[in-house]
Amino acid sequence: MHPKRKKRLIVVLAVVVLSSAGVGLVSYGLRGNINLFYPPADVVAGKAPVGQSIRLGGMVVEGSIQRSDTSLDVRFEVTDYAGTVPVKYSGILPDLFDEGQGVVAAGQLDGEGVFLAHEVLAKHDENYMPPEVAEALEAAGKKQ
Amino acid sequence: MIAEYGLFALIMALITACGLTAIPMWASFAGNGAGMNAARPLAAANFTFVAISFALLTTAFLQDDFSLVVVANNSNSLLPAFYKFSAVWGNHEGSMLLWILVLCAWTFAVALFSADLPQIMYARVLSVMGAIGVGFIGFSLFTSNPFARNLPDVPLDGKDLNPLLQDPGLIIHPPVLYMGYVGFSVAFAFAIAALLGGRLDAAWARWSRPWTNAAWAFLTLGIMLGSWWAYYELGWGGWWFWDPVENASFMPWLAGTALVHSLAVTEKRGVFKSWTVLLAIASFSLSLLGTFLVRSGVLTSVHAFAADPERGMYILVFLLVVVGGSLVLYALRAPAVNSGIRNAWLSRETLLLFNNVVFLVATLTVLFGTLFPLLMDALGQGKYSVGPPYFNAVFVPLMALLVPVMGIGPFTRWREDRAKRWMHPAWVSAVSALIAGALLPFLGQGFNVWVALSVLLAVWIIAGLWTDLRLKKAGSHAWWPVLRRQSASYWGMMFAHLGFAMCIISVTVVTQWNVEKDLRMSPGQTADLAGYRFEFHGASAITGPNFRGDEGVVTVTVDGRRVAELRPQKRQYVASGQIMTEAAIDAGFTRDLYVAMGEALGQDGAWSVRLHYKPLVRWMWIGATLIGFGGFITLLDRRYRRVSVAARQSPEELAHA
Repeated sequence: MHPKRKKRLIVVLAVVVLSSAGVGLVSYGLRGNINLFYPPADVVAGKAPVGQSIRLGGMVVEGSIQRSDTSLDVRFEVTDYAGTVPVKYSGILPDLFDEGQGVVAAGQLDGEGVFLAHEVLAKHDENYMPPEVAEALEAAGKKQ
Repeated sequence: MIAEYGLFALIMALITACGLTAIPMWASFAGNGAGMNAARPLAAANFTFVAISFALLTTAFLQDDFSLVVVANNSNSLLPAFYKFSAVWGNHEGSMLLWILVLCAWTFAVALFSADLPQIMYARVLSVMGAIGVGFIGFSLFTSNPFARNLPDVPLDGKDLNPLLQDPGLIIHPPVLYMGYVGFSVAFAFAIAALLGGRLDAAWARWSRPWTNAAWAFLTLGIMLGSWWAYYELGWGGWWFWDPVENASFMPWLAGTALVHSLAVTEKRGVFKSWTVLLAIASFSLSLLGTFLVRSGVLTSVHAFAADPERGMYILVFLLVVVGGSLVLYALRAPAVNSGIRNAWLSRETLLLFNNVVFLVATLTVLFGTLFPLLMDALGQGKYSVGPPYFNAVFVPLMALLVPVMGIGPFTRWREDRAKRWMHPAWVSAVSALIAGALLPFLGQGFNVWVALSVLLAVWIIAGLWTDLRLKKAGSHAWWPVLRRQSASYWGMMFAHLGFAMCIISVTVVTQWNVEKDLRMSPGQTADLAGYRFEFHGASAITGPNFRGDEGVVTVTVDGRRVAELRPQKRQYVASGQIMTEAAIDAGFTRDLYVAMGEALGQDGAWSVRLHYKPLVRWMWIGATLIGFGGFITLLDRRYRRVSVAARQSPEELAHA
């Protein structure tokens, strides 16, 4: 083969190998690391998978927050007014977390329909509502 | 009247920008010298009008003119003066005006400092910059007018600036970041002008390179400041979240890093030309994409001020015009400026090509992760989120892949190198990296395979830099003349690579050895963390200029010896009622101690408290600063100065002739 062509071939091969490595990494990275969002109504209806990493969002039910006296364990309920899911979490809650406010939690459902959250996100200013929550509320409103 | 003058100045800026776009470009094709020469005064006028407009908006903020919608929504009479100043860009409209100011400042700087360019090139570069200006000034005027009035019901006081943005870091983070983001428009303009003229050579790369390096250095510092701000202001102790908006600034940086390296090859060796042009287009397009993602409200983040479909549409169309137009131009003209491969297999060109491919793949994987949720949502496949695990799994191995090449790149020759010359120093580097990797982790918490690996990689990079200096000294006795002989570009590379090595160690060590505890602490209670004893002494009420809150006291001791007293705060801002966590940090070269308060629990004065021990976390920002500093050092290179000196002399020489 002509040396110039050979060199070109090697460069092309290197690019192909590296981009395949990139694609491989991407598909590996995507496995189990992307979370689908479910509104409470879908969780109650049994549409959400158990034991898989998902996100749940809605409004925190008034009067539902229960704290432990000895640790940072906390329980609360999240609703989209078409369904309500109990959530368990251990840790510090975000500044704007409160009853009657929008919230998105990441975690897994256990067998009894309780959502075990490992991360709780609230909105980050007064006027902001997580879009997933806003849409879920809107969808639930239409169903009623 | 201030607002009306500001709006008038902005309209004048749009008109001058239109002139700057049309006249020099037309003249460059018609061969009209006067028209091309008009580029400079037009750029000056454009910058002046935008600067006036920006100064007037700033005045409105400082004077608490709540008849302006942006001032009423984002400021308050109780806000300290320097935050009133930074509140100018703490909102969508004002930050767009800052963006425009920075763009026009770059345009004017090019007009001032690149006067030695061939006339046609000079006119076209400024014309392209002017066109970008038209796009953004139009965006500001038509969709997000910063001077809109609240009439007739003028509020008595403003709604206050988002407390998260009331921070010294936020005074400098956006301007520095924008300098980088927008600065890539210069590289883009040079690329377009070169494509139009079909002239793509080493001289072109030499003109474009200092501008690109400067923009890249600003972007590096801007991202570093953002990371630092998130660390101490968000109260989570994290320094990088792979938040879509962080990615929006990171993608142009990755493409820009590839561009900076590829420009070096184009300047030194005259190859990779079309590739370099493509990267310049990509870097700026990714800046625009970032603007679109942040400003359209399609992403949720602290940076998304307000969702407005009209704005999103405007930027999307602008983005499509810029990307589409430049790619069409590239497709038409790039073959004309193509160059063959002229280097041997083992050469610095090959290694830099490898660097480019890795950075490009990294850019694409980050782009994919960022756009994936939008794509799935648009296809009706549900609402996904792609979290840090994806980005870490993909990005970290790619960056590690760079390091083997970084360790040999500096002492590999251009064009062709012999393995024989090259093998011995490579062996020495490899052995020292292995030894350091095996031993240095014991300075910390003992052997850890990831820490060992990061030390190995970092030392491999540093050993490569050291080897190069040693090879350069070979034959001479004294160090000083050797060091002095090296160019500014060379020192820039040294600093940047050193900074990268520091970042590798820091990111790994802080990830592996970070200790973090969320606790319920009553007054008098203690907690032990990585050999430090934290004692909580309770919290008491405090009052600030525009907030009330509680301040906790935590003392830290090691074996009974007092190390630090930390006073984290929980604030509630008066005007907005928003609650904010102010973390308290004892910063150190080898470790940070970080305390943040959650909320008051129960009756006994107990609080939820977050305690962190973060080893070497500062190295990350020091490293990133070194990288940015390296970029700035390259600007001092004599090659770039000589050109301008020659240009300044030329009129006299002409007069003598």
